[in-house]
Amino acid sequence: MSKPSDLVQGTLDLLILKILALQPLHGWALSQRLRQVSGEVLQVSDGSLYPALHKLEHQGWIQSEWKPTENNRRAKFYSLTRLGQRYLDQEAANWERISAAITSVMRLKEV
Amino acid sequence: MRIRHWLQTLPLRMRSLLRRDRLDAELDEELRDHLDRQTEFNLARGMSPEEARLAAMRKLGNAALLRDQTRAMWSWGGLEQFTHDLRIGARTLSRTPGFTTIAILVIALGIGANVALFTVVRSVLLKPLPYRDPGRLALIYEADREHPHPHPWLPVDAGSFWEWQRATQSLAEMAMVSPFQGYNVSGEGGKLPEVVFAAWCSDNFFSLLGVRPMMGREFTAADDQPGAAATAMITEGFWKRRYASDPAIVGKTIWLDAKPYTIIGVLPSTFVYSGAFGGAADQIWTPVRHEAPASLLTTYGDHEFQVVARLAPGVSLSALEAQLDALQKRIKAAHPEPSTHPGAIARTMLDDAVQDYKTPLYALLGATGCVLLIACMNVAGLLVARAAARSKEFAIRSALGGGRLRLIRERMTESLLLSFAGGALGLLLAAGAVAWLMHARPDMNRVEQIHFDGMDAAFTVAVVCLGTLFSGIVAALSSSRGNILGGLQESSRSHSGSRSRATLRRVLLSVEVGLTVVLLVGAGLLLRSFERLRTSDLGVPVDNVLTMGVNLPTARYKQDYQRAAFFDQLIARVRALPGVSAAGLVSTPPGEGWNGDDLMCIVEHPPLPKGQGLDFQLRGADPGYFAAIGLPILEGRTFNANERLDRAGVILISRGAAREFFPGEDPIGKHVKAIDGSGTWQVIGVVGDVRWTVAKPPMPTLYWPIDGNGYNFASIVVRSHHDVESLAVPVQKVIAGLDRDLPAWNVMTLREAIGKSTIDSEFDSILVLAFAIIALVLAATGLYGVLAYLVAQRTVEFGIRLALGAQRKALLGLLVFDGLKPALVGLAVGLPASAAVVQLIRSMLFDTQPLDPTVFAGVSGVILLVAAAACLAPAWYASRLDPMRALRTE
Repeated sequence: MSKPSDLVQGTLDLLILKILALQPLHGWALSQRLRQVSGEVLQVSDGSLYPALHKLEHQGWIQSEWKPTENNRRAKFYSLTRLGQRYLDQEAANWERISAAITSVMRLKEV
Repeated sequence: MRIRHWLQTLPLRMRSLLRRDRLDAELDEELRDHLDRQTEFNLARGMSPEEARLAAMRKLGNAALLRDQTRAMWSWGGLEQFTHDLRIGARTLSRTPGFTTIAILVIALGIGANVALFTVVRSVLLKPLPYRDPGRLALIYEADREHPHPHPWLPVDAGSFWEWQRATQSLAEMAMVSPFQGYNVSGEGGKLPEVVFAAWCSDNFFSLLGVRPMMGREFTAADDQPGAAATAMITEGFWKRRYASDPAIVGKTIWLDAKPYTIIGVLPSTFVYSGAFGGAADQIWTPVRHEAPASLLTTYGDHEFQVVARLAPGVSLSALEAQLDALQKRIKAAHPEPSTHPGAIARTMLDDAVQDYKTPLYALLGATGCVLLIACMNVAGLLVARAAARSKEFAIRSALGGGRLRLIRERMTESLLLSFAGGALGLLLAAGAVAWLMHARPDMNRVEQIHFDGMDAAFTVAVVCLGTLFSGIVAALSSSRGNILGGLQESSRSHSGSRSRATLRRVLLSVEVGLTVVLLVGAGLLLRSFERLRTSDLGVPVDNVLTMGVNLPTARYKQDYQRAAFFDQLIARVRALPGVSAAGLVSTPPGEGWNGDDLMCIVEHPPLPKGQGLDFQLRGADPGYFAAIGLPILEGRTFNANERLDRAGVILISRGAAREFFPGEDPIGKHVKAIDGSGTWQVIGVVGDVRWTVAKPPMPTLYWPIDGNGYNFASIVVRSHHDVESLAVPVQKVIAGLDRDLPAWNVMTLREAIGKSTIDSEFDSILVLAFAIIALVLAATGLYGVLAYLVAQRTVEFGIRLALGAQRKALLGLLVFDGLKPALVGLAVGLPASAAVVQLIRSMLFDTQPLDPTVFAGVSGVILLVAAAACLAPAWYASRLDPMRALRTE
């Protein structure tokens, strides 16, 4: 029930890595950001974010750190590791290639 | 790269393994933080505080589930869940110790029996023989396809063997062995004299098998000559026992039958010759051409040998067999005597060793397989019942977000725990069973090969997993069918859901009962057959009769009169012993084996067609033997004291021989002549029939005086009024007093002799009966369980019925019939199945028809009785219900 039905499995990981590559964020901020940048097209339920974050952390692509925030509170901030950066580059290139291929197929004109 | 990656994630892995609670707390804080921020965000958008909070929670989703899913992402997540499941499983199981104990015991029985039998079957029937390239080894026998013999594998005569060997040099290498020989080993250097089993073999026998002596050398062609110096090889066991592992044994002298032999080699204990005619107990090996009398080495009529062949590469066994069969036909044409066999037949050496044990062992393995299946079904039934009892718990857990897969996995873990505990216990049982079996069946060929190894361990694990899967899946399926709401609404007032589970259990039970019927029928037939065998009449009274053998070495007792003098003194002194009421001498006592037959004709009758003769079993006896063994003289008289040595031309014949060979006439005074012309004897009496082994009908038998017919061995038969066993030592002392080098052998009572030949029947029948009883108990408890469960489920219903005026008797009948239904279905399936299965064990039965109606009727009766008894208690309880109390039980 928490599976992002519109997202291809594994694409969520890529989105998270990309957003975290720009700046470290905590979970809630990440969910907000996802919604903003994707123009509300990609509906990611908040719940599904955490399993994905924890999985990426245990795979070593991202790391986490508790940092103080406003009003004496603290939050768990996630940031990309060097391994994660390399992985992201690789996956982004893959994505470019595949999406370009799919796009060009989609643009074929029917005769 | 991989290593760096691994190193980088190591701290987190360690933390998630060791500081699980910290990680948990952090996850909680993280989710709380998320909720707080979302709530603030909602407030800022103008929601009321409560609304803001609720919206945030809605947006996050099921927090408990989310936590679970996140935790599953952590390293060791799978392991953690598994240990968690194990913990839950162990806890729930320990809460119902009765159920757990029963289930584990049931599984342990099934697994233990299977592993034990599998170990035995694999070691005995399937493991290759311990020789070089054993797949190319075969045994060749002679055959008489026109006159089918109950044992179609006839030993080979030396004359044929030499011809075979010459004619098939390019196809196979052949060796000859006679594994049923024996020697008196003289007492030297303070050692006791003893009789040991021995074998004669051709010089190439060991090199053909690929067996190397652990010390010394093998036989050479020079040893295997009539005039060669006497040589012998001994086994490692004999070397250790008699020579205390003397490292300088090679070259020493051993006295066999009062002649000196040089020990040239010691055979390793890994070498065991296990052929269809025995040989596993042979301890001394000697070259055949040196040992066998010249006549035996040239005859075509005396069959004393087995032939071992190693096939040349590319030659098939059937090709060799066809060639030898044709050759043997030509030999028969050249030597048309009736004692020459007209054909040859071959089988692999492994088949030869284990042929007699194949059917019984596979039958036993089948029986244990049934027991395991029944055990699994019983445990599945118990798990289904548990699932039914916990259906509400599962419904609530699914309602709270418990994943269905997770729940099923938990159930599988439970049955995994049960199976593994059962498997561990079963392994212990199996080890015990194998040890017992090796102890109980020392007579079985290749029993020394049995030991537990990795393959058997793998089999155990496989059986455990199979049991887990079977019982677990049945239970899991039964529980996951119902929907959540149904489970929650279900109460004892509406029991439609639980009925379907009871149906599943009923089907399981019917199969269980069916299998039990098959086992019981098999056990019944084997038991009946054993009973028949045990009480089969040997022909003489068997109580208080002691027998023991002596072999007189020809080196010391060369002449007939020397042997006669020895036997005279021996029997006179034995008769004089206090406690001996009668004693006699015979070449082979009843029930102790075949030991010789010959073809005869009757002088007064018209001559028989060429190539035919009357087959008499031959026995030498002294005049007092018939009285001592209790064999009645029906006509005529026994020998008198003078009728022996060169006046030994008289015989007594058995009733069977008189009836078969002298139909409608008086045999007394007639003359019997050997076909080969070696003598003519006058019949002076007729005695009763005896069996040469309890399992076979009596043979026409001929008794002639033991003195004067070339016997250099005899069995002393001693009858006493009581405690005949206590006479064994005094009789042995008498023998030692006459010749201190002479051992007595095969000392046993007639009863023990019978016991020896019924041991396999006893063993098989008792084992199968044990399995059948286990199956019966399991099926009965299963029946009881299902009915007790149904009654418990329907307590309220029965209360209502009784309150509305239902007859208690009618209720009792209804329930008993309900419980009996699976038994009836099982019986209907099991009886025809048994009728088919018993055909497979036909060869194990003695004097019993596979479709013995008493056994089938008896089994049906037992099943119905046990089923009725199992159903009666819950049915009785239901019919005694107090309606008011019953209606209040919710």
